[in-house]
Amino acid sequence: MPIESIPALHTGLSLAAVLFCLGLAGLLVRRNIIFMLMCVEICTNAAALAFVVAGAHWSDADGQVMFVFVITLAAAEVAIALALVLQFYRRRYTVDIDQLNALRG
Amino acid sequence: MTVVAWIPMLPLLGFLVLIATPLFSDRPLPPKLVAAIGVGSVGLAAILTAFLAATQFAGNPAAELNLSLWQWFSVDGLQLDFGFHLDWLTLVMLSVVTGVGFLIHLYSTGYMRDDAGYQRYFAYLNLFVCAMLLLVLADNLVLLYLGWEGVGLCSYLLIGFWYRDPANGAAARKAFVVTRIGDTAMVIGLFLLFTEFATLDIGELISALSTVQANDPRVTLAALLLLGGAVGKSAQLPLQTWLPDAMAGPTPVSALIHAATMVTAGVYLIARMHPLFALSDMAMSAVAIVGALTLLLAGCSALVQSDIKRVLAYSTISQIGYMFLALGVGAWSGAIFHLMTHAFFKALLFLAAGSVILGLHHEQDIFRMGGLRRKIPFTFFCFLIGCACLAALPFTSGFYSKDRILLSAWDFYHGFNGIWLAGVLGALVTGFYSFRLLFLVFFGREGEASSHCRDANNTAMVLPLGMLAVLALLGGLLAPPLQSVFGAAGAGHPPLWVEAIAVAAPLAGIAMAWWACLYNDPARGEQSALGRFWYSGWGFDRLYDTLLVKPFTTLARLNRNDVIDRLYSGTAAASRQLHGLVSVSQNGQVRWYIATLAVGTVLFLALLVVL
Amino acid sequence: MGTISFYLTATVAILSTAMVIFNRNAVHALLYLVVSLLAVAVIFYQYGAPFAAALEVIVYAGAIMVLMVFVIMILNQGAAAVEQESRWLQPRSWTGPAILSAVLLVQLVVLLGSDGAITAGTPGTIGPREVGIALFSQYVLAVELASMLLLAGLVGAFHLARQRHADSGEVEGAD
Repeated sequence: MPIESIPALHTGLSLAAVLFCLGLAGLLVRRNIIFMLMCVEICTNAAALAFVVAGAHWSDADGQVMFVFVITLAAAEVAIALALVLQFYRRRYTVDIDQLNALRG
Repeated sequence: MTVVAWIPMLPLLGFLVLIATPLFSDRPLPPKLVAAIGVGSVGLAAILTAFLAATQFAGNPAAELNLSLWQWFSVDGLQLDFGFHLDWLTLVMLSVVTGVGFLIHLYSTGYMRDDAGYQRYFAYLNLFVCAMLLLVLADNLVLLYLGWEGVGLCSYLLIGFWYRDPANGAAARKAFVVTRIGDTAMVIGLFLLFTEFATLDIGELISALSTVQANDPRVTLAALLLLGGAVGKSAQLPLQTWLPDAMAGPTPVSALIHAATMVTAGVYLIARMHPLFALSDMAMSAVAIVGALTLLLAGCSALVQSDIKRVLAYSTISQIGYMFLALGVGAWSGAIFHLMTHAFFKALLFLAAGSVILGLHHEQDIFRMGGLRRKIPFTFFCFLIGCACLAALPFTSGFYSKDRILLSAWDFYHGFNGIWLAGVLGALVTGFYSFRLLFLVFFGREGEASSHCRDANNTAMVLPLGMLAVLALLGGLLAPPLQSVFGAAGAGHPPLWVEAIAVAAPLAGIAMAWWACLYNDPARGEQSALGRFWYSGWGFDRLYDTLLVKPFTTLARLNRNDVIDRLYSGTAAASRQLHGLVSVSQNGQVRWYIATLAVGTVLFLALLVVL
Repeated sequence: MGTISFYLTATVAILSTAMVIFNRNAVHALLYLVVSLLAVAVIFYQYGAPFAAALEVIVYAGAIMVLMVFVIMILNQGAAAVEQESRWLQPRSWTGPAILSAVLLVQLVVLLGSDGAITAGTPGTIGPREVGIALFSQYVLAVELASMLLLAGLVGAFHLARQRHADSGEVEGAD
């Protein structure tokens, strides 16, 4: 299907900003590690959206290349983070991030 | 030749064995073995000394022996050998140190029999003998200084031997610090001698001195600095305050170190360096005046003491004052002669006093004694002989040596003079205090402590007492031929009345003692102000306390919290505070970190928006 | 038509994302997240990036979300977890984050709208071909690095997730 018109760059970036701020708000509010991980995904996804939108604006493949890297990063991050969550839950029987404060100064 | 090297080596070996065995074995050595090592090493050294005297020195007044063991060190311009030099002066000192030392070691086996620190005691004592032998044998001033500090260390260790009582530790510290003042002066003197003559070898120094003009100010200064060292070690004015307190150590230690040998090291030093002193009138007068003043001051203090050992301690200071007086009037051989006889009779007195103290279960107050002559007759006779020698009654050893000193004093100044008068007054005071002591302890009515007196002497104690008594009585006949060292003394012929006074003075003192202690019943507690002043040793302790110790401790207290250090600890405290402030942000809450990140971003973007 | 569909998709993305952060049930939130990701994939498509859209659907909405579903199942929290979430999500705990995020959003939008922020471009479609050429010519080193990262993530996840017996120290296989 041919795309007759590509939406404006400004609009796409604003959408990315909105998604990012939503993710940030969730990250600040949530205490459950699972939810925090989801919010991190929202944030990375927003950033990836910004890359793709910008790439489209200048007809440059680099935007999508960066998207590929972002998605790789997200995959690795989620794998490690979920392993950590499992381990944490086994030790403490909780998913409360505020319990993880052994590194306080 | 190498016999000489073995003399100090044997006590050193004894010391090493005694001090090292506890490192390898948990069980202490059996006391008999300890005694055999401790006494045997010094005894062998004494035998070697006697052998040396018999083979090399007997009948040969000019005999000399030099032995260089190895090169000690060589620093730009200063080359020193670990070398020994023996002449008659050394031999006299050697004999006193090993002979009297051996007798006192033997006595100690009996006296210290039940002490827990038996092995430690003999180790220290052997080390002391070794250091003292190094001191007298040294052929250069640096080696002499090594021995000098060695005996100081042993003195410290042995005064504080019963270290569980803090008072003993304080006495040991005091002895160490006060003598150190003198030692510092002596070291500066050595530096001065080295810069002047580029050598510290005694023989070379003395030959170098022959080219120096008399009364050269640098020579005078060097002599005065050496005198400072001698004054500290020999407990003379103004550094005499440590010796009475040094009586905190075991009594045989007082006999060996603080009466017979170590405290006379100052006399030996001046005698050894006599050509230096002879070059300077001022140094000679200083020696004589120090001696005369000390003699009188310490004699007066001895008059009013109530502790048997303190009486003897002040008496020692006073008698060394005599030796200094003799040195100051050029009677070198007289001084050494008196040193020798004093070693005999003062060791005898201390050991006898030790027997009394042991017999009275460590009672030292003479006002609680009295009437002991029938209970412990042997000790009494020994003490009597010691007192007679101390007071210089005719035909005892003390008489010969003291008489020579007084005659020399008269001759040196060609007639009546203050130094001689001080000597005569001192003789009077000596007679007074020595017989006051004798009367209070052995005559008169029995004191509280006398009733449970026992005879504590055993064979190991009787033998040294007897031999020392014989030596003290007959030591006057053993005048050593010291002319080869000091040169022949011109024999003066003072008027007969001078000699008569010298004989009469101690007798008058004894009469006063009889009047004060036997004719009148002595009672303590009613001392006059003067008596109290004398009792405190002329207030020197309080003087030094006010002048030196108090200001120092006050300063130290003011600076207890180290003003300079505040700067550094303040820096540390400030950074710790800051750290605390910053570490609040590191609270371990991940969401807090995210929030701060977000706030930071917002602020940064706000900058962009506004600009 | 294109503009309308874009705004529709954007609205779906924003709403479903909002549901993710407000929802108290983890599985529900995850499903909303999948919806949000699918919406973003559509937006990718609309921006002329079909390859990115495909990857978004396959990798993000597919693989990664399935991984999270598995973990949520292993944790098996159930109704108690929902109740706990309700306790943690008090209305007053929203004020601070909401203000912060709103300020950030306003700042971003202001910056994007400011003059000269965006130069004129030549919008156009970029197919998988161009992306693949760029990846394996110009960015081949970065691709290698990314593969190393994935390998490290694999090893790390395996190591971290192993169950250890606290007392014996023995190691069992991974879950």
